[in-house]
Parts: sequence; structure tokens; C-alpha cells
Amino acid sequence: MDVEILARIQFAFTIAFHYIYPPLSIGIGLIMVIMEGLYLKTGDKEYEILTRFWIKLFALTFGIGVATGIIMEFEFGTNWAVYSRYVGDIFGSALAAEGLFAFGLESTFLGILLFGWNRVKPWVHFVSTLGVFLGSMFSAVWIVVANSWQQTPAGYHIVGKGLHARAEVTDFWAMVFNPSSVDRIIHTWQGAILAGAFLVLSVHAYYIRKGRYVEISKKAFKISLVVATIFSLTQLISGHSSADGVAVNQPAKLATMEGHFKKNSPADLYLLGWVDKENQKVTGIGIPGGLSFIVHQDFNAPIKGLNDFAVEDRPSQINAVFQFYHIMVAIGMTLIGLTLYASFLWWRGKLFEKKWLLWIFSFSVILPQIANQVGWFTAEMGRQPWVVYGLLRTSKAFSQEVSANQIIFSLVMFTVVYTFLLILFIYSVNKKIKHGPYDEIQTPSIL
Amino acid sequence: MEYFLGIDYPTLWYLVIGLLFSGYAILEGFDFGAGAWHLFFRKDLSRRIAINAIGPVWDANQVWLVIGGGALFAGFPVMYATMLSAMYIPFMLFLMFNVLRAAAIKFRSAEEMAWWRKGWDIIYSVSCILIAFLLGVVLGNILQGFAIGPNYTYKGGVFFSFLNPYAIMVGITTLSIFMTQGAIYLLLKTEDRLHDRLAFLLQKGMVFFILSFGMTTLYTLVFIPEVTANFREHPIYFVVPVISFLAVANVPRLVSKKQYMLALVFSSLTMAFLLILVALQLYPTLLISTIDPKYNVTIYNAASSQKSLGIMLTIVVIGAPLLAGYFFFLYRTFNGKVKLDDTSY
Repeated sequence: MDVEILARIQFAFTIAFHYIYPPLSIGIGLIMVIMEGLYLKTGDKEYEILTRFWIKLFALTFGIGVATGIIMEFEFGTNWAVYSRYVGDIFGSALAAEGLFAFGLESTFLGILLFGWNRVKPWVHFVSTLGVFLGSMFSAVWIVVANSWQQTPAGYHIVGKGLHARAEVTDFWAMVFNPSSVDRIIHTWQGAILAGAFLVLSVHAYYIRKGRYVEISKKAFKISLVVATIFSLTQLISGHSSADGVAVNQPAKLATMEGHFKKNSPADLYLLGWVDKENQKVTGIGIPGGLSFIVHQDFNAPIKGLNDFAVEDRPSQINAVFQFYHIMVAIGMTLIGLTLYASFLWWRGKLFEKKWLLWIFSFSVILPQIANQVGWFTAEMGRQPWVVYGLLRTSKAFSQEVSANQIIFSLVMFTVVYTFLLILFIYSVNKKIKHGPYDEIQTPSIL
Repeated sequence: MEYFLGIDYPTLWYLVIGLLFSGYAILEGFDFGAGAWHLFFRKDLSRRIAINAIGPVWDANQVWLVIGGGALFAGFPVMYATMLSAMYIPFMLFLMFNVLRAAAIKFRSAEEMAWWRKGWDIIYSVSCILIAFLLGVVLGNILQGFAIGPNYTYKGGVFFSFLNPYAIMVGITTLSIFMTQGAIYLLLKTEDRLHDRLAFLLQKGMVFFILSFGMTTLYTLVFIPEVTANFREHPIYFVVPVISFLAVANVPRLVSKKQYMLALVFSSLTMAFLLILVALQLYPTLLISTIDPKYNVTIYNAASSQKSLGIMLTIVVIGAPLLAGYFFFLYRTFNGKVKLDDTSY
């Protein structure tokens, strides 16, 4: 395999693995803030127990998130040296701001969050929990700003030529608030909160189903159900707004997401389907003219098709992007249905009566995880063949001096260590769940 | 070119990065150092205390690497990209040991079984030792230079060319200075028999440090004369090695007087001064090309635009006091000897 493909596989693998954890930390972070806030407000001991239980799980997601995140920070330089020189002037300031403003906040207060329970006053601890949560939200802001700039560059000019060409900042705020930043930050935040909220829902649905820790679990379940319902619904709005942005700023990506080939013509909206790239055809169930309607509120409005772009200027993995995008949307809709139905039952006072629903909830954690992953794959593969949209091609951006063998070495190393890490993570989370929220005091050696 | 207090922006950013990496060396220095000593403690309880001594702070200390890396990427993207892609394998190993160390801290205490804990202890300690060593190897190669060709493209060997004698010596010296720092930090955080054992270990560590430090200095002066060229041009620079030598000499004196806090300060100062020494030797070069000096990466050809550097300097001016506040609060909260409780590792 050639260096470009290997570098892309390695980046995709390491970032996808990394992206399991920070969203969980953000989501659990919000739930912890609510639980601990309720504890401070009501003095109800059960909220304290819940907070302390979730801190233990948070410690794991945060720890692995940081360790795998540091790798990402340096992987731009190791594998994408040309890209790094090209975007450093812009991308770098976002990364530096992330480190100083966001990561500095979250990782210092983390020490107090994890170990300070017996050392600081309750409200100081609460402030620390809040600090960690806000820090993780800010982290997402800067990382998504940097990535959004790659999707919709703004506030820059190009200096130099060939391998010495690079983008330089001309307007910092235009760079930060580039056309896709705000939509994508909100969309990412909400996806992250859903990841955490559904983990909490899953764990406590499992307890209720098994008849363990039932009362305390009902409290936790209700808190996260409120969060999950709100953000499933608002995610639909931000998703729509993001898609509108893609329609304006990255028409080739939009066409790829729906497998729309025909030049400047009404485009369909598929529920599911399969793209036949050779014959430029999609087989599936959809609404004719649906995409045109969503973007222009008119079923006959023309939308740019893939054939409006030269083959070398549009993504090559059309069916993959189509599938990833549709899986994300399908999961989003499922989450809305699930949370609305559960909320309805709650309103009728029958929330915990349906065993099958609890059963679905106890496995629901996997859904936002998959949605987050395929959502990012849609965004990143849909941007191809560009690493910086319209400016720098992925095929020109990798490190020229790094050989295929070097990447194979590091890729094998990452695969082995990450597999090991994932097994340990699942094992430890499972063990903590089996152990339950109580009797921590009797077993002090558990993390 | 824009100036602030008569200093141009790239030089200011060079100072910022120097400060960040000094912070990283000082703080993660004792984390890695404590880890390097880990297998010298016999009992599980001692090892738990040693891990919990860094428990609440090691995550925060990593901030300095995260910000340092970001600052390098932001301010000197050419240096960041060229160094990381050239030293691909050393950096990949460094990152991987970082992950393993974090995993060891997180997972070690999850089970009681002796084999589990001993296994993690070995992974933890070996990772810390190799991280320290690899950081030194990177530094050694930066001091010597490596084969950078046209378009900042590296032309040399993949891994073993970086393991040259000088880089190995700097690697060992880095390990020894981290171990000194780590032992002093642990002395501050421990009591009773573990404390006594550490005092004994620190004596050996100081000998190890002074020997390796002396040899590396000698080797530098004899075999790599170009490294000291900046010093011959500016004799005033010699103040720095003299101060760092005094700081080094002061550490064992303070340790023998049991003034561990001061000893930690002086050991930290030693590191800071050694890094200042490196910075003075290199300035204004960042990466030396052994092929042709015209391919050198300097703070001027590597720097981001004046505008970008100006923005980032503003970010630093706003962010640094905040960060200092967080750190002060964190360290104050966990001041004093380690007390294990139900939240400990």
C-alpha cells in the first residue's frame, strides 16, 4: 500500500478510537454537574452516591481520552508534515488556545474532582466538577474550529508556492467563526452529550431491570432522560442547519451524502439505499425531490450533482459516505423516538413498567457512539480529496520522508496497544457497573 | 518585523516555548522520575503511595506537553513538522509509552491480584524510564543536528541513526536528572520507612546524575565544538553554565539538611538552566541540518506570520495567569504527605 493510504488509515484509526472517549467525558460531565448540583441543593445523600459513582467511570473515559488525544496532537507533525506547515499559522493558534484555555482548566480541576472529595468544601468540589465539564466543552470548541476551518476556510491568505506555500491568518475572528464553525460545534457538543447521557441511561436501565439499586437508579435515569430527550430533539435542528451549511459551502459533499449525480437537477432524499457508482444510480427508498425540498423548500429546485465537479475534485468513496450519513440520520431519528416514547410513559407514570423498553435502553449506549463515529466519517470522507477544502489535496499533504514501513510499524503498534486498551476499558467499566454505586468505603483499593 | 520590549516576535515565541518545555521537564520530570524508581520499592503499599503521590497532579502536569506541542505547532510549524516527521519512530515510541504509562496508573489499582499489579508496575516503570530516555535522545539529536535536505525533507536513517552515542548519553542524563527530581518529590510526599528508603536511593541517584551529567558535558565540549560557538561569541553566556553548576551542587547539600522543598526548587532550577543553556546554544537555529547550513530551520524561517504570533502572544498573556491560578489551587489542595483514602489509586 502507498504512504498516503497508510497515513490516512492510521489517522482514521487513531482519531476514531480517540473519539470514543472525549464525547463520553463531556456527556458524563454534564450529568455529574446536574447530580452534584442536586446534591448540594437538596442534601439528598443518594445524589452524592450517584455523583461519586459516575466520577469513577468518568476517570476512565477522561484518562484514556487524554492519552489517545496527545497522540493526535503530534500525529499531524509525524504523518502530515506538509499539511502542518501549510496550516500551522491557523490551525496552531486554535490548538494552542485549546491547550491553554480548555485543557488547562479541565485537567487541573480533574485532580480535585477525582481526589478532592475529602479535602475541599462541597461547593469547591462542585466548582471543580463544573470546571472540568466546561473545560471539556471548550476543548471541543477549539478542536472543531480547527477542523471547520479545513472544511470552510476563512480569514486567511496564501503565501508562498509549492511545498513552501502556506495559509496565514488575516482575520482571527473570521477564522474562528468560519462559515461552518458554529453549526458544527453545536452538533458535536450535542452528539457528545447524547453519548454520555445514553451511557448513564444504559447503566441505570440495566440496574432497574435486574432489580438492583432500583430507587437510586430511577433518579439517575430520569435526569439523563431529560437531558437525552432535549438534546435528541435539538440535534435534529443543528443537524438540519449543518446540512444547509454543507449545501452552500461544500456542494460536492452534499451531493455525495445523497448520491446525487445528475448535474444541477432536483435531488432525492433517501431513507436507505445503495449507490452504484459505475452506473451513477441509487437504489433505495426515498422521497423524490426531498433533498431539494429540505435545502430550498421546493421539490423541483436544482441542486449541484457530483457530475458538476471534475472526478479529481469530488470524493471517490461515494457509497461509503452515503451509508455513513444515512446511518447517522437513522440513529438520530431512533433516539428521538426512543426518548419521546420514554418521556411519554413517564408523563403517564408508567416509565419503569415496560421491561422491553428497559432492555432496549440498557443497550442503547451503542447508538450515539455509532452515530458520532459515522457522522465524523461523513464529514471527513465527504471533504475528500481535499484536506483543506479547495486549497490543499490530501494526496499532497502527507510527510514526504516517512516510508510505508514506518507507518506499518506504528500502525501495528497502535492496533495492538489500542486493542489492549479497549479490552481493559470495557472490562473495568463492566466491573465498576457490576460492583454498583454502593459500598465504596469498604473497598478502598478500587479506583 | 514587530517588536515588543525590543524583542522580535519569533524570539518572544522562542522564549514562550522554552518556558513551556521547562515547565514540562520540571513537573513531568518528577512524575517520570517517580515512575522510574517504582520497581525499587518492594511492597505494594509503598508502590501505591508512590503512585498516589503523583495521583492528583500527573494529569495536570501533562498540560505542559499539550500546550508545548500546540505552541510549537502554532509558532514554528516548520520546526514542528520537520522534527516530528524526521524522528518518526522515536516520537511514536514516546507517544506509545505515554499511553502505556497512563493505562498503568489507571488500571493498576483495579485488581488486587499480585500478578496484575506487578505486571502493571513493570509496564509503568519501564514506560517512565523509556519516556525520559527518549526525550533525552530527541534533545541530543537536536543539539547535534540531523540530515535535513531541501524542502525540509529528512534524508537520514529511520531509527538507529538517532541512537548515536551522544544522543544516548543525553538520554541517560535526562533519565538521571528526572530520577533525582522524582526522588526529591517523593521525599516530600512520604513518611517512615519508604521515606528512609528514598533518602538512600536519592544518594545513589545523585551519584548517577553527577557522573552522567559530567560525561555528557565533557563529550559536548570535546566532540561537538560547534555547539558551544554561541558561547565563544558571547562570553556573558557563561554565566548560565556557572549558575546551573551551582544549582546542581546545591541539591545534595539541601537534601542532606532535609530541606526537601528547597532541594526540589534547586533541582528544578537546574533543569531550567540546562534548558536555557540549550536554548542559548541553538538560538536562533531550531534544527541544524548536517547536510548544509542553508537547510537549517531557524526561528525566522520556521515562524508563523507576525499577525499569528501576535494573536498567540495575546492568548498567552490572558491564559498564563489563569493556568498559574489553577495550578496553585491544585497543588495547595494536595499539599503535604500522601494520605490514602477511598478515592486513591
